[in-house]
Amino acid sequence: MDNFSTLIGGIAGDGINEAGITVARLFCRLGYNIYMYYDYPSLIRGGHNFSLVRASSKKIAAHMDQIDILIALNQETIEKHAVRLKDSSFVIYDADKVMLEGITQKGCGLPITSILKEAGAPAVMKNTCILGGYCKVVGINWSILESVLKKHMEKKLEQNLLVARQGYDQAIESYRIDSLSSKIERNPLPIITGNQAISLGLIKAGLGAYVAYPMTPSSSVLDFMAKFGPQFGIKVIHPENEIAVMLMAQGFAYAGVKCAVGTSGGGFCLMTEGLSLAGMAEIPVVVVMVQRTGPSTGLPTYTGQGDLNFILSAGQGEFPRFVVAPGDAEDAYYWSAVALNMAWKYQVPSFILSDKIVSESQYNFELAGAGTVEEEATQQWSGQGKYQRYSFTDNGVSPMAFPPQKGQAIKTDSYMHDEFGITTEDAMLNKKMTDKRLLKERYLADDLERYEAVKVLSEGNGESAKTALLCWGSNKGVCQEAAEKLGLRAIQVLVLSPFPAKQLKDALQGIERLVAVECNATAQLARLGGFFGFEIDDRILKYDGRPFSLNDLESELGRRGI
Amino acid sequence: MNPMDLATYGKNTWCPGCGNFSILSAIRSVLAELDGQMQSIENVVLVSGIGCHAKIVDLMNVNSFYSIHGRVLPVATAIKLANPDLTVICFSGDGDSLAEGLDHLVFAAKRNIDVTLILHDNRVYGLTTGQFTPTSPLGFKGKSTPNGSFEHPLNPPELMLASGATYIARGYTHGIGLLQKLFREAILHKGFSFVDVLQVCVSYNNLYEAYNKRTYELKDHDASSYEEAQKVIRSWNYDGSDVPIPLGKFYEADARRLDQAYRGSMPNALDRDNSISELLENFI
Ligand SMILES: Cc1ncc(C[n+]2csc(CCOP(=O)(O)OP(=O)(O)O)c2C)c(N)n1
Ligand code: SF4
Ligand SMILES: [Mg+2]
Repeated sequence: MDNFSTLIGGIAGDGINEAGITVARLFCRLGYNIYMYYDYPSLIRGGHNFSLVRASSKKIAAHMDQIDILIALNQETIEKHAVRLKDSSFVIYDADKVMLEGITQKGCGLPITSILKEAGAPAVMKNTCILGGYCKVVGINWSILESVLKKHMEKKLEQNLLVARQGYDQAIESYRIDSLSSKIERNPLPIITGNQAISLGLIKAGLGAYVAYPMTPSSSVLDFMAKFGPQFGIKVIHPENEIAVMLMAQGFAYAGVKCAVGTSGGGFCLMTEGLSLAGMAEIPVVVVMVQRTGPSTGLPTYTGQGDLNFILSAGQGEFPRFVVAPGDAEDAYYWSAVALNMAWKYQVPSFILSDKIVSESQYNFELAGAGTVEEEATQQWSGQGKYQRYSFTDNGVSPMAFPPQKGQAIKTDSYMHDEFGITTEDAMLNKKMTDKRLLKERYLADDLERYEAVKVLSEGNGESAKTALLCWGSNKGVCQEAAEKLGLRAIQVLVLSPFPAKQLKDALQGIERLVAVECNATAQLARLGGFFGFEIDDRILKYDGRPFSLNDLESELGRRGI
Repeated sequence: MNPMDLATYGKNTWCPGCGNFSILSAIRSVLAELDGQMQSIENVVLVSGIGCHAKIVDLMNVNSFYSIHGRVLPVATAIKLANPDLTVICFSGDGDSLAEGLDHLVFAAKRNIDVTLILHDNRVYGLTTGQFTPTSPLGFKGKSTPNGSFEHPLNPPELMLASGATYIARGYTHGIGLLQKLFREAILHKGFSFVDVLQVCVSYNNLYEAYNKRTYELKDHDASSYEEAQKVIRSWNYDGSDVPIPLGKFYEADARRLDQAYRGSMPNALDRDNSISELLENFI
């Protein structure tokens, strides 16, 4: 079985996200790779939520429209997702709540509400009960579900097991999901979101503080850091607003603590003045910037890639910045560590430009597969002579020192300043300092040659391809898969600043037709590429807040004769 | 240490007669004196916003972070959290901390973070040449309010008392002895210290005469009493009336501080790697 998709839907408050993760964990224990898209509106109770879990023997990071199993906790789920059913699909539903009228596919109704009532279990256990039925239907052994629940149910395990078993016993087996475990020599992998991977990457590279004001879809980095950060000595702060967030990050950095902040578009707008301060004062700071659909409040819980232009030029004045857009959890881990390293090596702002899909989707995550990255040393002051915070050097990077330093004053300044860090309006010095700051970008760009800043995703058949898909961020998964299927080359631009023009040129060898695939309305990567002389022949754009499914992309390509 | 050892080559560009000179001189002597006693100078970090007041950090040969307008306290808070052994002193203006950065001021007091904020309260925007601020009296004729401002002033010490500051005082730039005393107390106080300094701006809001006539130094005031502090703070509301203006320490209390909340140190790289692997086990 190459692909198996399960959709579970209900109202907000039904625990749909957690239920989807449970399904994902079941498949991971059977040796499958998983990807889960979680779709939810911006409200706490009611509304329609669904998790779409795809399992595959291959590594995946995209969903398909059609599903094999539909798990419906309410009628709306049937109405909304009946179109996804194939002839062979199967529906599992709460028979006390849902009618299967007009559905020709096979189904299995479980009296969920009655089962819960009998067991005296609260309504939130609906999903555990129906997942019991699900395991029976798809032929996943009870012991596997039992082990997942035992590991992850924090509350009322016994009762959960009871209702799950009831669901299991009352359903009938209709599929047999083979275990791949005998073929694949590996332990089950952890399942994490991109935001969790970002957090781990930052921790890996020596993060000492995380400051954020909650904003979807970045908040789960804050949640993760608040929960797990203290064991790594990380100070986690949720202050009054994003302006404070950005400035606090710089207070931390001034005192020698590596700090990251996290937000989404609107919150980042408030950070831009502080960002410019970091540019001028050469203060390292990492910004986790998770895009959602804009402008303004937009669609808070949906995706978009509309902030690239903004991130590349945010903040008054000219200063270098590092911007990376990971495409899945492993990218997110690796490149977040790199982003923290780069910020401190070059004393520049560094962005992890994510999007809702990367940040909130679930991926099976292999630490070893993510790439080796270590915390890099920052250039420290030798301790000789008089310390000058902004001393001129060959590469523009002035060695750092942090208070206290006996007999020294460490001075940071938002005004134009001299080497010591005292305000000056001297014309020559102003020019020289500006050159110094910009010089760092050249060395940063050279340094990037050590990294795969542009990745050719579809090795093999992609080599002879004449058509390439150009993508960034979460479209990595869907482009890679479509390219492999259709004999195209998929190219992922990971680093967006400094723009890896040389690496992109190499990646494009032999390509005659270049198609940009983006989740925005104005093809921002295509525009950026154009600035560096890359001609984009076609643009496939999606900007309804939803990610491309594999089918979406294939049909768009088909329409273009590709 | 001689206070002049704390000078720099930075050019002083304040108007002759500006009250900022007194603040500069007072802080230099206090820091020079403390250097010999409890707090060596390299442990001191100065943070300033933007405005005439803020230029003070360029004139001090002390660690400093010359921040942006209104954003003194988030920087100072983080420096203190990063290294609680540092003594963090903020210089801010009435526009800086009561208009542009008011949110941070209220929150610093609420958190009782152990930093000191010296408010150069000239009741005008000096550096942008004379507009009304949150402490300008009703009817103030500034460049942005040529017909007189329409708003009542804020009473900053009252706001600080309500917000949770644990050291609140008022000084006047004509009276350097009291300024030094208050600065020293504020710096040594554990918790958020707020010193409102009636700083005369000779160019845009010269209140020397009025202040000389109306200010008086508090005697026999019980600074440990919230009610007494509130009473004395409310006795003058920054309006144009000719009631007496009290100077001195209004309030001092001991309370939990945010800088006490963060403990624990960072593990070495190996332990960190092990912890990451262990943590990932939770997600299988
Ligand atoms: C975001 C921002 N807005 C406006 C300014 C312009 N500006 C510089 S100083 C200042 C007012 C200063 O007033 P105050 O804080 O009272 O300081 P003073 O000059 O009176 O000491 C303003 C509005 C700025 N630098 N930054
Ligand atoms: S404008 Fe006022 S506050 Fe600014 S330096 Fe001159 S007198 Fe001082
Ligand atoms: Mg002022």
